[in-house]
Amino acid sequence: MDQFLAIAITIITASTPLLIAGLGELVVERSGVLNLGVEGMMVMGAVCGFGAAYATGNPYLGIVASIFGGVFMALLFGFLTLTLLANQVATGLAITLLGLGLSALIGESLVGQPIARLPNFHGIDILIIFSFILTALVSYMLFRTRAGLVIRAVGDNHASAHAMGFGVIAVRYACVVFGGACAGLAGGYLSLAYTPQWVENMTAGRGWIALALVVFATWLPGRLLVGAYLFGAISILAYIVQTFAWGIPSQLLSSLPYLVTVAALVVISGNRQLMRANTPTCLGQSFVPDR
Amino acid sequence: MKKLLLSAAVLAMALGSATVSANAADKYKACFVYLGAIGDFGWTYQHNEARKQVDAELGDKVETVYVENVAEADSAGAIERLARDGCKIIFTTSFGYMEPTLEVAAKYPDVKFEHATGFKTAPNVTTYNAKFHQGRYVLGQIAAKMSKTGTAGYIASFPIPEVVAGINAFMLGAQSVNPNFKIKIVWANTWFDPGKEGDAAKVLFSQGADIIAQHTDSAAAITVAEEQGKLGFGQSSDQIKFGPKAQLTANLDNWGPYYVRRIKAAMDGSWKTQSSWDGMAEGTVKLAPFTNMPDDVAKMAAATTADITSGKLDPFGGKITKQDGTVVDKVDDGMILGMNWYVKGIDDQLPK
Repeated sequence: MDQFLAIAITIITASTPLLIAGLGELVVERSGVLNLGVEGMMVMGAVCGFGAAYATGNPYLGIVASIFGGVFMALLFGFLTLTLLANQVATGLAITLLGLGLSALIGESLVGQPIARLPNFHGIDILIIFSFILTALVSYMLFRTRAGLVIRAVGDNHASAHAMGFGVIAVRYACVVFGGACAGLAGGYLSLAYTPQWVENMTAGRGWIALALVVFATWLPGRLLVGAYLFGAISILAYIVQTFAWGIPSQLLSSLPYLVTVAALVVISGNRQLMRANTPTCLGQSFVPDR
Repeated sequence: MKKLLLSAAVLAMALGSATVSANAADKYKACFVYLGAIGDFGWTYQHNEARKQVDAELGDKVETVYVENVAEADSAGAIERLARDGCKIIFTTSFGYMEPTLEVAAKYPDVKFEHATGFKTAPNVTTYNAKFHQGRYVLGQIAAKMSKTGTAGYIASFPIPEVVAGINAFMLGAQSVNPNFKIKIVWANTWFDPGKEGDAAKVLFSQGADIIAQHTDSAAAITVAEEQGKLGFGQSSDQIKFGPKAQLTANLDNWGPYYVRRIKAAMDGSWKTQSSWDGMAEGTVKLAPFTNMPDDVAKMAAATTADITSGKLDPFGGKITKQDGTVVDKVDDGMILGMNWYVKGIDDQLPK
């Protein structure tokens, strides 16, 4: 029983950062912005959160700082893509590279420092609970509120939304900032709770997985939850299978989470109607108000 | 056009290069190419510490330059730039730099090259490696003494000879204390991913291991051990900060003496091509202080370390029984460098 519990908690903690970062990106993409900078925002969140927790000794302040770290990068991304109309793909990649470099610079003196980790109750910490609440909130907001309707309108047809009098740029800014906050928080989860330490590049590609999961989930929060936990569970179970020494090649087991995600993606894409209904039509397109 | 320029500017901003120079004129220029970041607290960190030792000991005559985060695939450009910039000796510190190093070395015959962990030499290319398995033998002994469940967890990176030899040496050390010692191995298939390494440690602890050893680079495993009240070993660098109550010792890469020696040789003209494979005797492999263990275990570990250093004990000396039951009379250096089999007692199958 203890063993089962320990494994369940390992799966939950592995899935939580993917879920939080994914929820942020989901809202961003719903508003029609493709943000490839999730990884950079995450790693900045990780270093800012860790730095604040180290300086103040309070992991909760670390959480707040990690959100600000992500938001800072998001504002930069927003300024470049929404105000200056830079290409979203190139800017997103640049934000990721910048985040990795900048976080290494900021965190140079933090390497190897100990901090007070985020308190937990039998392995369940406040952010795990928050991630579930956030899933419900995002789902409710997107599909049951006026604000959600506006976000989806902006993402599906920004020209019409603009003609109807909605501030397309303002809505997108708000979404990008929310996405940055979530990515930062997910990064903070890594450095404050998951493996409480700071090392360069500690996100190790989790931002990209969160991005892929958003597509996997066809931009639906409930499915994102399933996707994140599927990915987390398979990654951990692959390790457990290895300890049984069944002789299954470890390379295959390591690639299993990705294979399953791709397979699921293929199956879901088979349902054209669902894809068409949920894909934000204006995804990745810059908006220039014509008047 | 505006958009394009902007994108280019943003990319250029982010892609800035990371060369750091100590700025000096007529000094002998020694250069280092690193795979990871100097803040990884593992492999690259230790190479950089060794570079600092060169600065400290030969700083008045030698200028050191390093480039970090150089991907193996496009390392040739970085190495060539250093050669062109007047580096007299260049240390390339990852296995994957082998072909690029040889390629650049052929173009710059007057520059001396030192390639870590490779196996191809040239008139101006030396290879160097360290017998890390010597340290792992001692770790295995300590693990067998300290484990209550008689099972250690081992986080491995990739099934290459160096890693396999490490696992075997660890197991041989453990068996010298407890012949029935068990090991559970998880291949993380990465050198560096704190999250994955931490997950692997959690899984191994949940499967009955109470001591963790690793051949991956981050300090995540020792952090998990500390948190769960278990024990473990640091990797590459002393990771006691991450596990003040968990770290028993750490297998240290101590390249400093080698770098100082080779740069001196290059300066006085006695530098020759060789394949260097140093161990505890030369000080390249070292163990961190023995902590969190009773005195008798620390004494045993110190005695074993002394025996290996003096050459009295060889972890792969004597008859070794392979997993499949065949007996090897003498394991020579070549067999260690190409090791692709487990010793008897490892209850697992080696990934091919």
